Amino acid sequence: MAIPKDKALFDYAVRLADDQLVLGHRLSEWCGRAPTLEEELALANMGLDLIGQARSLYAHAGEVEGEGRDEDALAYLRSEREFTNMLLVEQPNDDFAHTMVRQLFHAAFMAPYWEAMTGSADATLSGIAGKAVKEARYHLRHSAEWIVRLGDGTQESHARTRAALDHLWVFTGELFEMDETALSLLGRGVAVDARALKPAWDSAVDETLARAGLDRPAEIAMLSGGRTGRHSEHLGHLLAEMQYMQRAYPGMTW
Amino acid sequence: MYSQGLINADGSTHEDEAFLKAFQERIDREEKIEPNDPMPEGYRRTLIRQISQHAHSEIIGMQPEGNWITRAPSLKRKAALLAKVQDEGGHGLYLYSAAETLGVTREELVEQLLQGKAKYSSIFTYPTLSWADIGAIGWLVDGAAIMNQVPLCRCSFGPYARAMIRVCKEESFHQRQGYEIMLTLCSGTPEQKAMAQDALDRWWWPSLMMFGPHDSESQHGDQNMAWKIKRFTNDALRQKFVDATVPQAEFLGLKVPDPDLAWNEEKGGYDIGPIDWDEFRSVLKTGGFCGRDRIRNRRRAEEDGAWVREAAAAFAEKQATRQADAEAA
Amino acid sequence: MTTKTTPLWEVFIRSRNGLAHKHAGSLHAADAEQALQAARDVYTRRGEGQSIWVVRSADIVASDPKDKDEMFEPTASKIYRHPTFYRIPDEVGNM
Repeated sequence: MAIPKDKALFDYAVRLADDQLVLGHRLSEWCGRAPTLEEELALANMGLDLIGQARSLYAHAGEVEGEGRDEDALAYLRSEREFTNMLLVEQPNDDFAHTMVRQLFHAAFMAPYWEAMTGSADATLSGIAGKAVKEARYHLRHSAEWIVRLGDGTQESHARTRAALDHLWVFTGELFEMDETALSLLGRGVAVDARALKPAWDSAVDETLARAGLDRPAEIAMLSGGRTGRHSEHLGHLLAEMQYMQRAYPGMTW
Repeated sequence: MYSQGLINADGSTHEDEAFLKAFQERIDREEKIEPNDPMPEGYRRTLIRQISQHAHSEIIGMQPEGNWITRAPSLKRKAALLAKVQDEGGHGLYLYSAAETLGVTREELVEQLLQGKAKYSSIFTYPTLSWADIGAIGWLVDGAAIMNQVPLCRCSFGPYARAMIRVCKEESFHQRQGYEIMLTLCSGTPEQKAMAQDALDRWWWPSLMMFGPHDSESQHGDQNMAWKIKRFTNDALRQKFVDATVPQAEFLGLKVPDPDLAWNEEKGGYDIGPIDWDEFRSVLKTGGFCGRDRIRNRRRAEEDGAWVREAAAAFAEKQATRQADAEAA
Repeated sequence: MTTKTTPLWEVFIRSRNGLAHKHAGSLHAADAEQALQAARDVYTRRGEGQSIWVVRSADIVASDPKDKDEMFEPTASKIYRHPTFYRIPDEVGNM
């Protein structure tokens, strides 16, 4: 495949799209299984927000690449080694506590991220950010309020949330990484400096945990690798299911 | 829709002649009955059953359609299907709320479903075996549902009528979405068209059965009609559905799986072949192919979610206590 | 299986600036914050909202339908309050 005209921008937009699509897909797996009917709608709303963001981002990446790949070509025809989402979003739903903790960690990052992105030199990205920031702020509010209730609810809910925090903490370091691609785009005023978002993220997470009566997990060596296609074993199964129709019936229109 | 033919209006009441007459006069004047209005016990009980079973159907219906969200073949279809299934959850919610105005809790209604004491539409006991099934369900099942839902917007009971208006507004894109999927498949490869034909073959007859038994078999439809809980007969709606849908199938280039299907010039509509009522009765009795799974999945979701609901309730109680203490201090 | 019930809330939505809140329906939530969020997720999915009120159904005080006559008898004797009593010249236009 030819090198896209602006490979760095292409890679950056795709990884952002991969993040939202994978998490949106995970949320859609809750369909018919949510703890309340009201939460069915809330989870689906968040899933739709994320899939919508992914679609806009894939479309932009495809245009930047200029090879005629559309959103579906990027979402359905790339392998797990080509997917560049962060490890956090591909982790399985597990129980509702895991799902809400994963959402909290993601949204506490994406809210300030999208806000910073509204100032991007790339007009499309800043446009996407204008809408996405409102959605991310709601995801943050929704997941944070659940963490408070689960942490300060019953003994069982507290224990499950504790376990979820401890399990997913190891994936939070990757949020703030800046590789060569991201740094070069930062220099061009296009990308957001993820490192600079840590204080805001810490503040949102710590405030939520304090209200929930939960201790922040101890610092540990973080896992990483999503941006170079080195994923956990979960992503392969997710993509096998998601991409099945396009792989089984190649080249058709749906 | 999803209660058509399953509910027999409970005609038994304890009220006197004058009361029943005054109530019927209100109905005949097309007045809306609201939750706190005086009403015959039979009217109340029939509505609880009809509305709640309609709600159960929406919730159970999320399963066969939700079955293809993670495998939807494009991002556009993925988003549209997720939105559609979300709408169905929302419809269930509106309907449970309408039923609750009559003095029953959502928890009680859900328990009735899980115990097998309440029914849901038999159409959702069938499996979705291919992506084309999603198109067929939107086109045929939602199409059939709309036939009944529009008249229900004028049902005599206010909360039910208003819930149906909200449902109908959201429903319009469901059927179009389903038909558009079929159109795309039928304009695609021979393999895709065969997939579409196979789906039609499996969903046609169950869709016709959704309208319930023939009018000649329905003994209790009269009270439902008198109380304006039901506005058209089973056969009338079924005929309307067939007449609208056959041309749509022809446009797709698909064959309706009925060798006896024929245009009747005299009546200005289609004659259909015999419906297999044995299958219908069997599905109602045993739950059909997926019935056990549908209920099992619902029960599992309720059980798995119990600790979450308990946590929310415990937190609310703690908050109330803290607030009371703060105010007392 | 728990048979505890989650409280019922009534939802009122102001869809556009200038309009009054309108009753949209009801939902279940354990507390006010969750009721507000649920109202937003259930009743404004299509972006139909500017302002949301949620009230516990149990807190609503309603008139008794039996008292309809004395509460709501139209004041037929006081016709001077009704606009059609006053004749406005056509030139003035709608009022």
